[in-house]
Amino acid sequence: MAESKEFDPRPWYLLAPSMLAIIALVVIPMSFILVYSFYENIDLAIDRVAFQFGNWQELLTDSYYHTAIWKTLRLSIIVTVLAAVLGYIPAYFIAMTKYRHKWLLLLLLILPFWVSFIIRTLSWIHIMGNQGAINGILMWLGLTDTPVSMMFNEFAVIVGFIHVFLPYMILNIYVSLEGIDENLEPAARTLGATPWQAFREVTLPLSLPGLAAGSLLVFVLTGGSYVTPLILGGPGDFLFGNLIYDAVVVELNWPMGATLSFTLLVLLGLVVALYSRLMGMNQLSKAFG
Amino acid sequence: MKKIDSTKRYEQLTERMGNGDVDRRSFFSLLGAAGITAGLTGGAMTMMATQARAAGTSLNFEGWGGVVSEALRANAFAPYEAATGNTVVDATFGGEAEVLTKIKAAGNTDGHNILHSSGVSWYQRWVENGYGVALNEANIPNMANVMTAIIDPFRKITPDSLSAVPYDYGTTGIAYNTKYVSKEEAEALGANLLLKKELKGKIGGWGGDWANRAWYGALQSNQNPNDIQDWDAVWEKAREHRDLVLKYWSSGAELMDLLAKEEIYVTEAWSGRVAALQAQGHPIAYMDPPNGLAWMESMFVLKGSPMAEAEELLNFMLDPETALAVAEGQKYPSSLDPNKVEMSDAVKALPAFDATGTLSTLVFRDPTKWNPVEKEQTKQWNRVSKGG
Repeated sequence: MAESKEFDPRPWYLLAPSMLAIIALVVIPMSFILVYSFYENIDLAIDRVAFQFGNWQELLTDSYYHTAIWKTLRLSIIVTVLAAVLGYIPAYFIAMTKYRHKWLLLLLLILPFWVSFIIRTLSWIHIMGNQGAINGILMWLGLTDTPVSMMFNEFAVIVGFIHVFLPYMILNIYVSLEGIDENLEPAARTLGATPWQAFREVTLPLSLPGLAAGSLLVFVLTGGSYVTPLILGGPGDFLFGNLIYDAVVVELNWPMGATLSFTLLVLLGLVVALYSRLMGMNQLSKAFG
Repeated sequence: MKKIDSTKRYEQLTERMGNGDVDRRSFFSLLGAAGITAGLTGGAMTMMATQARAAGTSLNFEGWGGVVSEALRANAFAPYEAATGNTVVDATFGGEAEVLTKIKAAGNTDGHNILHSSGVSWYQRWVENGYGVALNEANIPNMANVMTAIIDPFRKITPDSLSAVPYDYGTTGIAYNTKYVSKEEAEALGANLLLKKELKGKIGGWGGDWANRAWYGALQSNQNPNDIQDWDAVWEKAREHRDLVLKYWSSGAELMDLLAKEEIYVTEAWSGRVAALQAQGHPIAYMDPPNGLAWMESMFVLKGSPMAEAEELLNFMLDPETALAVAEGQKYPSSLDPNKVEMSDAVKALPAFDATGTLSTLVFRDPTKWNPVEKEQTKQWNRVSKGG
């Protein structure tokens, strides 16, 4: 019997509210930003309506912006890799533990979200600063006479990012691990696999969708950040987002800010597209359970 | 009424700890509680604040936070509210550029009434962008006590009427930790103390203002800051400074924190903030190098504000008793003329205080020289500050 080709509108009805929201809150504002990128900034805070490519030309020809893109990609990769490594262990532990109050561990994981992001970032000054907790302990133990400099450098920025984004990674991996049939690892063991082999050849591949989804989130969130480097970084620690902040808020040059914003959107969009190409977007939904 | 955000809550706590009002354990407990409160109740607080504002005439004030806002709240806004029944909602901004960005984005000045505006340049920018008002000076009789020398630069820009009242002034000099830098060395080096290579990693700088950096670049390259001929030399000195800097600070609270915790030993600094650190007992000294940068601040009223109440508040703030109490609190001299109003000893002892009432001992930015190059040089500074 031939399959019916009749158009079924019901999925579109269900999707309509979400699509309208995306159009109203993302597509239309981003279109405005794209249009604004062709305007011309005459003086601070004064723009002229125009259709010219000066801002785009500057973006493409000025190595200042290219350096920022490179720094952003580099730092995003470092943070993502570290978050993946550091996040897998607690996620594995939470997923595999027989502790009956597992909910408590998950609650601890989301507890940081209850505290303001700014406060959480600023807290590192009291931990790693000259008069912070770590230096206090080191000096109390007599391991050093003078404070060890840990703040306002790339290391502090990476620590700040990991601190803020690690829960996203752990939760994604955890959800993925939770979905794996718990009989698979024992089955591999009975077939002669060592614990490490069972993990490497069974659990790890099956948890990859969660790992990839977490990595995508951490990468995109890091790439779009600007506050963390502002608080924890030194003069040379900046991301592409900081250039957008400078253009919009400091130089009051909205057209250039719009150009840079749209560029960041495209760059991060390319990462999502690459993920989709390699993993398939359906893996995201798997990872999120 | 006080609008509290996370950053402000943190600033208040660090200042209280710096003052010795709260021990370290309580500080961390309160910090945690503040963070959770901000995370959980920010939306509810905003909603309640909106309802409270709807109850009567309220004025939205935005300023620099920290000890400055504390002084204004305690000595000006709270007594004004008690005396009039009006409400002042005071908040901290990240700078006037941030406010202008918000207003431009919103397309109106709703929620913004009075700014603690910095310098004549910003006065000009607000007016030129169409956000100025015409204050009725008859409603602000205390203006008669304000120094003519501090009003004149504003009146040059808007000869027919003012959109702000000058309120205080200060200098951006150099702060140094006396445990690591002697007074003799500091005075011998002057502005070049900021370029001392042996202090690499212990030097700070204000990242929020291109003109401040350029002013010091000019001093370090032996140029008159109000007549810079060689901008390349200025930025070369800024690069030299950048390579020694641990951190460009972006607020007065951050400046105080970096100095108090000895993260940095030397930085350019705002005179009042250093005076506040000294009052807390920190070994921080302050000097204005020859031709050091002076500035004046005004209370700028934005278009669309309730004028009668705004003028009433400005007059209240300029009352000698109020103005001197604020000056002592924020550690910046008042705009009142010392020839007309008897200053307290505490005010006379403040850094940058000019006893002549003419401001002739201080060097301010000449807006005719600085404003025309601002667009180009702001961009240049943003690049230099990031390694360019």
